[in-house]
Amino acid sequence: MGNRMTLFTKGFLKENPTFVLLLGMCPTLATTTSAVNGMSMGLATLFVLVMSNMVISAIAPVVPDKVHIPVYIVVIATFVTILQFVMQAFTPEMYKTLGLFIPLIVVNCIVLGRAEAFASRSGILDSALDGLGIGLGFTLSLTVIGMVREILGSGSVFGWKFISGDGMLVFVMAPGAFLALGYLMVLFNKISKKQ
Amino acid sequence: MDRLLVSPSPHLHSRTSTKVLMRDVVIALMPAVIVSVVFYGWKELLVLLTSVVSCMAVEHLVCKYLMHTRSTVGDWSAAVTGLLLALNLPYSTPWWIVLIGAVVSIGVAKMTFGGLGQNVFNPALVGRVFLLISFPTYMTHWEIPHGLFGIDAVTGSTPLGIIKEGLLQGGSTSEIMANNDYSWFDMTFANIGGTSGEVCAVAILVGFIYLCVRKVIKPWITISILATVAAVSAVFWAVDPAQFTPPLFNILSGGLLLGACFMATDYVTSPMSVKGGVIFGVGIGFITMMIRYFGSYPEGVSFAILIMNSTVPLLDRAFHQKKFGRA
Repeated sequence: MGNRMTLFTKGFLKENPTFVLLLGMCPTLATTTSAVNGMSMGLATLFVLVMSNMVISAIAPVVPDKVHIPVYIVVIATFVTILQFVMQAFTPEMYKTLGLFIPLIVVNCIVLGRAEAFASRSGILDSALDGLGIGLGFTLSLTVIGMVREILGSGSVFGWKFISGDGMLVFVMAPGAFLALGYLMVLFNKISKKQ
Repeated sequence: MDRLLVSPSPHLHSRTSTKVLMRDVVIALMPAVIVSVVFYGWKELLVLLTSVVSCMAVEHLVCKYLMHTRSTVGDWSAAVTGLLLALNLPYSTPWWIVLIGAVVSIGVAKMTFGGLGQNVFNPALVGRVFLLISFPTYMTHWEIPHGLFGIDAVTGSTPLGIIKEGLLQGGSTSEIMANNDYSWFDMTFANIGGTSGEVCAVAILVGFIYLCVRKVIKPWITISILATVAAVSAVFWAVDPAQFTPPLFNILSGGLLLGACFMATDYVTSPMSVKGGVIFGVGIGFITMMIRYFGSYPEGVSFAILIMNSTVPLLDRAFHQKKFGRA
């Protein structure tokens, strides 16, 4: 059981996809303009990650080695399409905001990376736990980055504005994403080294 | 015998040190500082003081609490950054924006890379561009100077800003310039809207000549920037005088002189060799003119210098300075 627990918790700190593995940088930089946007992107990826991890671990033994990457991509793309339709139907606002980055989850290196490195050689339950842990770690990182950028850039937390007027606009733009990510990574390393 | 130091030649000893060089830059900036205080009044002095003090404070605090090394405030480089940052801001900038600029200049652009000598980009310019993008309303709010004891201030745009807006509304350059009546005298001796360091061309040139005489900076960088700006704008102006501004206007307006004399020639962020320096200067001049003519911002000197800063490691590798004693 302890083993299973570490499978789940390693995604938060030790193998945090954003701050340690540096995977999925593209959605990390592009969609974290606010805490809500970052969290939505994280949750979307979490869904795809858990589902595709489970399916891939189930079908891995019967997939011929030569075509395993196309097969995994098709599985991942299926879940992304489902997600896309669901979001378009129930959260059209968020669907518009995240835009291109939802279909791009198909080529997110976290999802394919976990499929290759973990799900293809582990059991279904383990793979689901792994996907859940990594996905929650990703969601948490994106929410934190989004929160920092939102506080500095627009002076609000989860849409609740605490200053009048604008913040430091640069944090809503691309350079701010790099700055926020860099300094949060410094902080993350400092904290995780202490432990 | 342990106390003998074995080191390779050349065994030259010179009195120059970071401290001496930086003090020379501070002295060279004094004419521009004095002129800006005289023309803009006490508000400008406040901006200058806030900037210098907070730059030095940030450097001291980062050294002490984050890097745990000896404080490097004593080498004057933070003071130079503070002065340059202040000269790059409108004098009406509120103190807390100056403070943010100082934190970004020293904290982000300089100390993050490891302090003096390690930074890729000019700290003062990073601070300025950060503020320009973050607080466009404060950073493009210019007031026409009315002197140290003047009471009424008039809000006005910079010459470059006026021309950009006029062109967007379909006017022609010569009309706009005639309507706004810019005499060359005004542009040379501080009578135009702009950041505090941009107003007086003569004050900046005096500082530049002082630095050249003291051999503190590399004059070929400045000269190649100004020559490129003049050449590029001469070509465009000759082709279509209705749409493009003349060479002398481009040299005297905006932050070009301040940038070319004091920012582009920064030791750490400019190429070592003459050839590299000339290419660096030509690049800055060209990018500046492209932004001024075709970009959405009216002014592009700071962006041009930062872009070319990023090429310095390549230029240094491509053009080695010839060493003595080699066949």
